[in-house]
Amino acid sequence: MAEMRIRGGVAEGVAHDSARKHVTGEAIYTDDIAEPPGTLHAYVLMSTQAHARLVSIDVSGVVAMPGVAAVITAADIPGRNDVGPIFPNEPVLAAGIVEYIGQPVLAVAATSIKAARAAAQRARIDYAPLPPVLAIEEALAAQSFVAPPHEMKRGDAGRALGRAPRRFKGSLRIGGQDHFYLEGQAALAIPQEDGDMLVHSSTQHPSEVQKMTARLLGLPIHAVTCEVRRMGGGFGGKETQPAIIAGIAAVLAWKAKRPVKLRLDRDDDMLMTGKRHDFLARYDVGHDDEGRILAMDLVLAARAGHTADLSSSIVDRALFHADNCYFIPDVRLIGYCCKTNTQSNTAFRGFGGPQGMLAIEHVIDCIARRVGKDPLEVRKLNYYGTTTRNVTPYHQAIEDNNLAELTAALEASSAYVARRREIEQWNGTGSVLKKGLAFTPLKFGISFTNTFLNQAGALIHVYSDGSVALNHGGTEMGQGLYIKIAQIVAEEFQIDVERVKITATTTAKVPNTSATAASSGTDLNGMAAQAAAREIKTRLIAFAARHFQVPTGAVRFAGNRVIAGETDVSFAELVGLAYKARVSLSSTGFYRTPLVHYDRATASGRPFLYFAYGVAVAEVIVDTLTGEYKVTRADLLHDVGRSINPAIDLGQIEGGFIQGMGWLTTEELWWDKQGALKTHAPSTYKIPVARDLPADFRVKIWERGENPAETIHRSKAVGEPPLMLANAVFFALKDAVCAASGGDAHLDAPATPERVLLAIMDAKASAQKLAASAE
Amino acid sequence: MADAVRFLLNDEERAVEGFDPTTTVLEYLRGAERLYGTKEGCAEGDCGACTVVITEPDGDGGLRYEAVNSCIRFLPTLDGRQLITVEDLKAADGTLHPVQQAMVEAHASQCGFCTPGFVMSMFALWHANKSPSREETLQALAGNLCRCTGYRPILDACQRMVAAGEATDSFDDRAQETAERLASLRRLVGLRYVTGGKEFLAPRTLAELTEIMARHPTAQVLAGGTDFGLWVTKQHREFERLVWLGEVAELRRLAASDTHLEIGAGVTWTNALPALERHWPSFGELVRRFASPPIRNSATIGGNIANASPIGDGPPPLIALGATVVLAGPGGERDLPLEDFFHDYRRTDLKAGEIVVRLRVPLPAPGLEFACYKLSKRLDQDISAACAAFAVRVQGGLVVEARFAFGGMAATPKRARLAEAALAGRPWTQGSVEAAVAALARDFTPLDDMRASARYRMASAQNLLRRFYLETSGTAPARIAYG
Repeated sequence: MAEMRIRGGVAEGVAHDSARKHVTGEAIYTDDIAEPPGTLHAYVLMSTQAHARLVSIDVSGVVAMPGVAAVITAADIPGRNDVGPIFPNEPVLAAGIVEYIGQPVLAVAATSIKAARAAAQRARIDYAPLPPVLAIEEALAAQSFVAPPHEMKRGDAGRALGRAPRRFKGSLRIGGQDHFYLEGQAALAIPQEDGDMLVHSSTQHPSEVQKMTARLLGLPIHAVTCEVRRMGGGFGGKETQPAIIAGIAAVLAWKAKRPVKLRLDRDDDMLMTGKRHDFLARYDVGHDDEGRILAMDLVLAARAGHTADLSSSIVDRALFHADNCYFIPDVRLIGYCCKTNTQSNTAFRGFGGPQGMLAIEHVIDCIARRVGKDPLEVRKLNYYGTTTRNVTPYHQAIEDNNLAELTAALEASSAYVARRREIEQWNGTGSVLKKGLAFTPLKFGISFTNTFLNQAGALIHVYSDGSVALNHGGTEMGQGLYIKIAQIVAEEFQIDVERVKITATTTAKVPNTSATAASSGTDLNGMAAQAAAREIKTRLIAFAARHFQVPTGAVRFAGNRVIAGETDVSFAELVGLAYKARVSLSSTGFYRTPLVHYDRATASGRPFLYFAYGVAVAEVIVDTLTGEYKVTRADLLHDVGRSINPAIDLGQIEGGFIQGMGWLTTEELWWDKQGALKTHAPSTYKIPVARDLPADFRVKIWERGENPAETIHRSKAVGEPPLMLANAVFFALKDAVCAASGGDAHLDAPATPERVLLAIMDAKASAQKLAASAE
Repeated sequence: MADAVRFLLNDEERAVEGFDPTTTVLEYLRGAERLYGTKEGCAEGDCGACTVVITEPDGDGGLRYEAVNSCIRFLPTLDGRQLITVEDLKAADGTLHPVQQAMVEAHASQCGFCTPGFVMSMFALWHANKSPSREETLQALAGNLCRCTGYRPILDACQRMVAAGEATDSFDDRAQETAERLASLRRLVGLRYVTGGKEFLAPRTLAELTEIMARHPTAQVLAGGTDFGLWVTKQHREFERLVWLGEVAELRRLAASDTHLEIGAGVTWTNALPALERHWPSFGELVRRFASPPIRNSATIGGNIANASPIGDGPPPLIALGATVVLAGPGGERDLPLEDFFHDYRRTDLKAGEIVVRLRVPLPAPGLEFACYKLSKRLDQDISAACAAFAVRVQGGLVVEARFAFGGMAATPKRARLAEAALAGRPWTQGSVEAAVAALARDFTPLDDMRASARYRMASAQNLLRRFYLETSGTAPARIAYG
């Protein structure tokens, strides 16, 4: 008898568990939760000064306003005014000093957001201005850092540079990026008995919100519960930042003894919260006449903003990816976390990796133009080997390199060589429109580089009717984590995925979790959930063997049924029997990633369990009169190992690529000379829209993908890596700019139409100057 | 005697009172109605998460479905209309609307927060066009931001929605009944909605409007509200008395004579688009890039002018085309060339009690070459860093008239008089154009701001004049095709 295959098992492209709720508007986000009676609404008053001493804050006028129930400043926080995730002293409300325009100074809870906002305007704040530091260069000059620098090296870069037949120096500016999650930061804090606090938070890191709220309230962690069913996007922006939002709501709720909701509107969200770090890369590179890189000395300086937040780990990851796919024999990498009077920059999809990778891709592109080769040839020439030339600057040997295969496949399927010829012909016609083409690879390290974070827990209950409730430490921000984990559990029990109830993430069920970050959600929580399911399954097998008097080896789960020798019962029947026989039908599961370690003192180890790989080709057309451009075609090939859900994974690849493209093209953050961010809403900050999708978009999951590392069903993490496929768009633009300039040109990121036009103008001007001086 | 605001919330009649007149439809839905499907993403009409559909009789016994941004639409403007939200699409038995079904099948939602807005934009598209092309789909979705999917699956969903081949939905089935119910809500005399000492007036005729303005010359006039909405949602301003132009029949008229196109100040950009596109294809393309369909469904020509933003996209082409603006006030009507209407940053020739009533745009004269160009970081739904419009008439090889107007280059939309003068009477050649390009540098001293640097604004403005010359004199493409 052919066994029925379950619905929604592993490798099936089932729909997102909430798809139906999304399209009907029934999916509940934090701001949609029914408010308990008496709920107050909070407004946060932000600093108008980039750097100033807080001489005094007078809130008497605020308190007197109608509807106001509570006002708090730093002085009102009962516990410790600190949400620093790595380093201490990162205040939620400014204490004694303000360090950026947008910093929370005080918060008001009132009967409506309108009343709270109006009341807050009555605060009288006396600032004594101090000189601000806004730019990376200023901070570097002042040696003003939020964390100590970190250095990685192998060999002797200085000596090798001196001996290199060709050498060049330069710098690249890499812009930041706002997360622009469609759902802004939001939290609802509800006081409980015993002074406890329940916090609904739009967060990727419920344990952090729990811990920080407890710290602010001066409570043990067990007194605070944090819950989140889903976020309307996170992208890293809800890893540490929600602790600020939830913390303010919780302190107000504590003071008012009433529930308090704090939802930032878009402008306040963008003014207040951290973003992707902008970077300045300075390099000194040696290479041979073939374009083989011999040595590199690279400085990566990030604008951290006013506090450390996660900046040190982010800059570490930038250094970890400053090799990308290339072997650099003698190398020295230094990362700086520059302290500036701006928003405290934070995690964002890729976590520094994209910036490090863009720097090395820029260097490779420059080398190619210096030696007069197609950049793809130079890329391939410098690729890591599989058994030799395969050690990274942090001394981890790369054991899973499949770049050669991926590159060959995409080079062929994208007709790269033929299109390169066509483009050269087009660019020779004298049109004001120039075309550009680029192929870029990526290698992205998977695991938290802070090794202890690589752990996860899950909790599974099987109820007496055979229905299953699943909980784990991961959070759902749209990436499809919940459905993937449900598929893993369905596969273990061999039941249809609808039989697995996905429940909201809460610190009350699974404790001490890591952020859903570093692309690790499925790798970690999938393993933990599988472990929990296997524990219950083991008990059920033992019970079935006893009950049906067969050896345990004769008990199998398949197609919603359990087969015990000659007997065949439904999963629900077996569970019912097991319940009556007093078998425990609930289990936790736990997972810790094996093998990973990193010693920061020596900058060496194995920070990553494995690497994800992908390749991309992009073609653009550029208007050399205005700098306007269009991505006419993009071909992506990405390795997700054995996919747990190809539909979800494809969505991550495409969505990541477009988000990366936005970062490198139209998304520009702009501060004025006083340090005020002027791009704080979609009217001024431009993420891609539907028309920006490449007209011809060919995306494939690598069919032969299989993770050599023992990951959940041999899949690979997919959250962050595809963002960096968008490097192809940036270098295609640079290719067109170079074609328009008749030689080399310099292009910083983001490549807005303005930067593209000015790059062409500058390159032409310097070529003319060069020609004039040669005469 | 004050009125309640009466409208249909899907198929239930509502008569609401007691809300501040500047309560947004979004606030009303999420507040009083406890309908949480419609989301706030930006409160400025730029992300589309709040998209709802408003239906009105189309004049032919049917209904017209228009997507609008509920975050900046004021509640009293629903009077006499039907409001449809994402909650209304699913059938009572749980069957999804073809639009919703297509979104699920195409894996077109990830975080889902933007999804209700996309669904509503697609619902409006589906009612307007059962087989939209990819280009029409891109235009229809220009006002909806998605941060997760990268849009490919959403575009696929639009194709699936077409392929599903459903000819009608339950809204079509009820269309006649809905039209009748809306007809019964129609007022003979304009709405007068009063609450908490604040007044919202929606006159239905020009006479009614003139009378109100004579009585209340300082009343705040509200047109499409797509910029005005932000004065409320972002600047938190309060208004004692609002006079809404959206119901004034005369202002919604668009008529062409042999010599002129007359556009009522209350004509929306959506409704103006076909006529503008027919006479000046380049103007049509600019309008398609002007904000997004939900904004253009509300925003009016008159509002774009009276608002006097230096970066509005309407004035440059209208000035270059020699449009005249007609104002009406207590003293009757007067007109003046549009370029003279703008005095300084956000300051105009409007006197107290006066309003913009229509635009008169001369139809193209023989020999007229016209083009307008918009430069922005993003192609669709972005505010111009610079907007340029060029009109030249060449006779016997010589330029007999040149009118160049720019937005984003000065405190007002402004003509480039020196560049025009450099060309007057000169041959239409590259040499003359280069002289005009040089003169343009003396016409303007643009600013550095978040949209562009002064250097880019000037360099690109000069190059746009070069582009105009290339397009009028050559056959090779001088720019990237929009569609």
